[in-house]
Amino acid sequence: MTTTTLALIPLLPLLAAALTCGLQNGRRAAGVAIAAMLGSCGLALAAFNEAWGMAAGAHKTFNFEWLTVGDTAIPLGFVLDPLNGAMLAMVTFIGLLIFIYSAGYMKDDERMARFFCYLSLFAAGMLGLVLANSLLLLFMCWEIVGVASYLLISFWFHKPEAAAAGKKAFIVTRIGDMGFLIGILLAFKTTGTLTLYDGGQGLLETLPSGMVWGMQASGLISLLLFMGAIGKSGQLPLHVWLPDAMEGPTPVSALIHAATMVAAGVFLVARAIPLFEAGDTLPVVAWVGAITALVAAFIALGQYDLKRILAYSTVSQLGLMMVGLGVAGVSVGMFHLLTHAFFKALLFLGAGSIIHGCHEEQDIRKMGGLAKPMPVTTIAYLCGTLALVAFPFTSGFFSKDEILAGAWATNQPVFWIAAAASLLTAVYMTRQCMYVFPGTHRGAHTPHESPRIMTVPLVILALFALGLGGLAKDSVLAKLPGEAAQHETIVIVVSIAVALGGIALGWLIYRGRALGQAADPLAVTPLVRKLWFDELYAATVGRLWSLAIIIAEQLNELLLRVRDLAVLLADRTGNAFAIGGDRKLIDTLAFDGMCNRLRSAGHAVTRPQNGFLPGYLRLIALGAVALGVLVFWIK
Amino acid sequence: MTLHHYLILAAVLFCVGLMGAFTRRNAIVVLFSVEIMLNAANLNFIAFWRYSDNPELLHGPMFTLFAIAVAAAEVAVGLALVIAVYRHFKTVDLESMNTLRE
Repeated sequence: MTTTTLALIPLLPLLAAALTCGLQNGRRAAGVAIAAMLGSCGLALAAFNEAWGMAAGAHKTFNFEWLTVGDTAIPLGFVLDPLNGAMLAMVTFIGLLIFIYSAGYMKDDERMARFFCYLSLFAAGMLGLVLANSLLLLFMCWEIVGVASYLLISFWFHKPEAAAAGKKAFIVTRIGDMGFLIGILLAFKTTGTLTLYDGGQGLLETLPSGMVWGMQASGLISLLLFMGAIGKSGQLPLHVWLPDAMEGPTPVSALIHAATMVAAGVFLVARAIPLFEAGDTLPVVAWVGAITALVAAFIALGQYDLKRILAYSTVSQLGLMMVGLGVAGVSVGMFHLLTHAFFKALLFLGAGSIIHGCHEEQDIRKMGGLAKPMPVTTIAYLCGTLALVAFPFTSGFFSKDEILAGAWATNQPVFWIAAAASLLTAVYMTRQCMYVFPGTHRGAHTPHESPRIMTVPLVILALFALGLGGLAKDSVLAKLPGEAAQHETIVIVVSIAVALGGIALGWLIYRGRALGQAADPLAVTPLVRKLWFDELYAATVGRLWSLAIIIAEQLNELLLRVRDLAVLLADRTGNAFAIGGDRKLIDTLAFDGMCNRLRSAGHAVTRPQNGFLPGYLRLIALGAVALGVLVFWIK
Repeated sequence: MTLHHYLILAAVLFCVGLMGAFTRRNAIVVLFSVEIMLNAANLNFIAFWRYSDNPELLHGPMFTLFAIAVAAAEVAVGLALVIAVYRHFKTVDLESMNTLRE
């Protein structure tokens, strides 16, 4: 791998984005985008192969100078190590499958070409983010990803909800990004470099020392970076944008809001983990993650929208990844990120297939009885569900088990919270499946299976969702930094008990109910209303905003009064002067006299400006002679 | 023949050119006059070079060659301007071009 080949990984999708933005034909755009993604995927797999051959903890850097301002050179660069090698392979592979799926899903949309342009832009940003060896480059790609996500969420902008959701996502993540940016500036101030690895000189190698604002520098910087991760990865309290982001097309939900973009925050924490270790802020990460996992799992219990349930589930699982990073280091958190990316992409694409088959219906109360007409989707979806609830020997089981074991070893309250979140996960997924698959269909249209271009990616992802965990576990844990904890018996027992218990609980609650007609026992008001987070923000931030507006208006009013007063005062003073004989002095003598003099001077000056060209030439010659005489004379 | 002879000739040439530029109304003749002035300057260069202490340095001819090349370009531009003016006003009489006055 050289700098060029590494750079091509994000540049190929970027090129595709540039090409497709001018295309009208949707199928051609899809072809271009998929071809670029295929090339990128090939290169990424080569990079992954090389990275996986490295020793654990090793890395290769590819730095280059970006621009020079005065004496300061700003270096950018790429890094390749097992952490981002695995991430690259995952992002490009899942991205490729989702691109293919989108070609089927979006084929009736008249803005399909534009859709692939945005998707490619997103992929470029995401891959650049993963490869970056500089906080600056990482931040730039981070923002490209944010913009692409905004464009994709509000892709159907004629729907007011979608437009609002895009705006919400952009603004809420911006709050986190502000912290991220401050963290970057602070890091540059304390260490003078933003390059992560630079042969012993990089930010993660020297680590900022000293105190800033009464806190340890590395601790403060890591917390500020974590703020960016909170925004991007939908952690409490900035998780509110992620469920609303489901207004976008389903492949977008799968690609951006399940598999890759939201993982960017987790990836950032994993990338910068030396900072967190030096600053001793990993417990904060673990606690935020644990609380997020539990709260989001609770809210998911009471939702009726198929994709919204999955969205809250994503928030909850991202929380678990943060727990993994917080209690057991990079390997455990990233392992869950990788397995989750596959089964959550599968679930979202399955949900897209279901929604497509039910004629754009997203309400699970109007589904039911889909097992017969949609067999492939159903089986694939159930595979994803099993992986998500950590059914023994699916991939989710292995990764969640590592998180729970790590939590048990270092932070037992977090362990119990994470276990409770896992139990709730099993309950809400069982509830969802009970609504969707068995029984008779409750919707108005007859459901139908999706075309092959959509089901084939589902099947591939289903195989990964079931098998990846067991196959990849040992090498992931060995190659990535951080050490897995010893598996106590109680951890394994609890882990299996919550998965099976949750499924049983869900089955007991929903067995034999008239779903869709009778009231739902779990959809109680607080959960349906998402624990009033939106209302809370409307009541606090929104009201503060209104208050600020009122204050600003009052200030404005005050300013207007002051202005009127000043004008009045000036008026009075002016009158007083005018009456005191100034009219004569100024008007007749100074003003009129001056005017007359100016006018005659003007006449005198305009006389040579008569438009007679040789006359001008004469004046120029005269001037030249005068100048010559002057020079001669001065000398 | 001393340096002064050449300088006086150049001065006379320059004055002839200057007077032509001042008094003639035909734009093309004015252009000629400007060229005469330039050549007066070139003559000065050559004269000063010829009577300088080390004429082997060839500064004067080089300067003059440059001036001639530039003058050629300048004449091309000037003539193009005159043609453009002629197309616009249907005359090259400088006194009738007085639109600047308005």
